[in-house]
Amino acid sequence: MNRFLDFEKPIAELEGKLAELRQLGDAGGAGIGEELANLESKVEKLLRQTYAKLTPWQKTQVARHQDRPQFSAIVAGMVEGFTPLAGDRAFADDKAIQGGIGRIRGRAVMIIGHEKGSDTASRLKHNFGMARPEGYRKAIRLMGLADRFGLPVVTLVDTPGAFPGIDAEARGQAEAIARSTEATLGLGVPVVACVIGEGGSGGAIALAAANRVLMFEHAVYSVISPEACSSILWRGTDKAELAAEALRLTAQDLFQLKVVDAVIPEPIGGAHRDPKAAIRSLADAIERNLTELDGQSRSSLKARRRHKFLDLGKVGL
Amino acid sequence: MNWLTNFVKPRINALVNRKRDVPGNLWQTCPSCGQMIFARDLKANLSVCQHCGHHLRVSAVERFAMLFDDGVHARVETPAVVQDPLKFRDHKRYPDRLKDSRARSGEKDAMLVAEGKIGGQPTVIAALDFGFMGGSMGLAVGEAFLAAAARAIAAKAALVAVTASGGARMQEGILSLMQMPRTTIAVEQMHEAGLPYIVVLTDPTTGGVTASFAMLGDIAIAEPGAQIGFAGPRVIEKTIREQLPEGFQRAEYLLDHGMVDMVVPRAKLRETLAQVIDLLMRPKAAAPAAVEPAPADGRA
Ligand SMILES: [Zn+2]
Repeated sequence: MNRFLDFEKPIAELEGKLAELRQLGDAGGAGIGEELANLESKVEKLLRQTYAKLTPWQKTQVARHQDRPQFSAIVAGMVEGFTPLAGDRAFADDKAIQGGIGRIRGRAVMIIGHEKGSDTASRLKHNFGMARPEGYRKAIRLMGLADRFGLPVVTLVDTPGAFPGIDAEARGQAEAIARSTEATLGLGVPVVACVIGEGGSGGAIALAAANRVLMFEHAVYSVISPEACSSILWRGTDKAELAAEALRLTAQDLFQLKVVDAVIPEPIGGAHRDPKAAIRSLADAIERNLTELDGQSRSSLKARRRHKFLDLGKVGL
Repeated sequence: MNWLTNFVKPRINALVNRKRDVPGNLWQTCPSCGQMIFARDLKANLSVCQHCGHHLRVSAVERFAMLFDDGVHARVETPAVVQDPLKFRDHKRYPDRLKDSRARSGEKDAMLVAEGKIGGQPTVIAALDFGFMGGSMGLAVGEAFLAAAARAIAAKAALVAVTASGGARMQEGILSLMQMPRTTIAVEQMHEAGLPYIVVLTDPTTGGVTASFAMLGDIAIAEPGAQIGFAGPRVIEKTIREQLPEGFQRAEYLLDHGMVDMVVPRAKLRETLAQVIDLLMRPKAAAPAAVEPAPADGRA
């Protein structure tokens, strides 16, 4: 059963009819097969049309969709022999950032990413993907480990932002983010970052100062959430739609700005409609980018990563 | 509340209309204790309230005057950047907001860079001006910081960042976020050059500036009472629905939590900077030639 977003109402109606027809199925007799096929193609057409011209605000909702594949699902789908690693060795294990070693298409990697959780209980457990300093410090530790053993680092970015809380501030949230960005920039191994859902500000960049920054077709990546931007600049959260437009947070705009190196196609109707296909698409992109980075020296990987970021901002939209 | 309205205007007004009974021009109210302070006294006291010790916000230009030896310095040109890369508008166009801030401040953007000496040592200062769009970091600030580091490296000078910022320049969207790794690269370049990078955190330093170059200093100094943090207090209150503890995110709180090396009153700032820059830049100069201290672990 699909969970529908507001703008998917016409799709929901068609799918409702489709479900009724299917139920009728056996009793419906001859001709029903044709009708089913007809309706199915209608649904697909509508999905294709709708998702081809999503507004930035609609994309924000798709990027936050509860059924979108999260870190754990993606790791289960594309990492063989995943061995999770925990803790920052100083304070705690932050469940909002997960990490471990395993193989993607035969290649050993360190994979680190935000985990939002997929139901109420797991969302609470993972703090909705909002990491505390110990999460970033775990990431730093794991990146250091990867660097020593020559494992490429793959990050999956999916966070509303770093956690704004008293405890997080007390333990140096800003410092932890800054150090994580610094650690990523300093690595002598390939780093591929993928914005899989929501790339929320500092909490995202802490894991995304990579050689290659990939982004799912309907993911968003922004310096501030449309809601927060709306409340600051428009003095009310009701202008989030306008703020989403103004912020240019879609993969397509970010590709034009060269902030994103490649846009990863999603299945028709978004990653949440066919997580398996989405994960396959992601694994393809990661494999391709890691292959392209093969054979570069440690110093070249670091220098090129640096130049990539230094060159940003030369073009506008 | 910036240097211009606090100081320049009252002084000009005082010169223009020499009426003694215009308290608004000659007197200022301390935002902390509410006492009236004679503008000239405030300036002489480095904009620290003589009644309660509150450190008022000061401009980048004033920072240069109070930190360099005898105030002597030369401004370092900062690179031009793409204007309004996103064509951003809320109810005002971003270029119009920029124009207003430029007209008010006479400066191009929020970070100013200057070089001179502190305690006799060559030093570059990159100072943020909270009066210019809340000291927010966009392309111009990122480029200015990179230029400051490049200048320091070329001149074998120390780099001092004086921070005051509400965070990222929203109107530049993702490109403002990209200034976090870009300024971090500038800090790395200072490390590679073996030159000291010192941060002076002033009120307020929050958001993307804190979460990048402001928290990466070799030495971190904060001004008394300065608000320093990642998330703004209102955001935190809204998220956790709790009242924030007394003194939360203040300089002294950060010192208690191990996030800065010291809290230094403005009157001691120049002297402190001079001392640490000297120690880091001339490690051997003061040591007696005959008595080289033995390595701490006792091995020769
Ligand atoms: Zn006072």
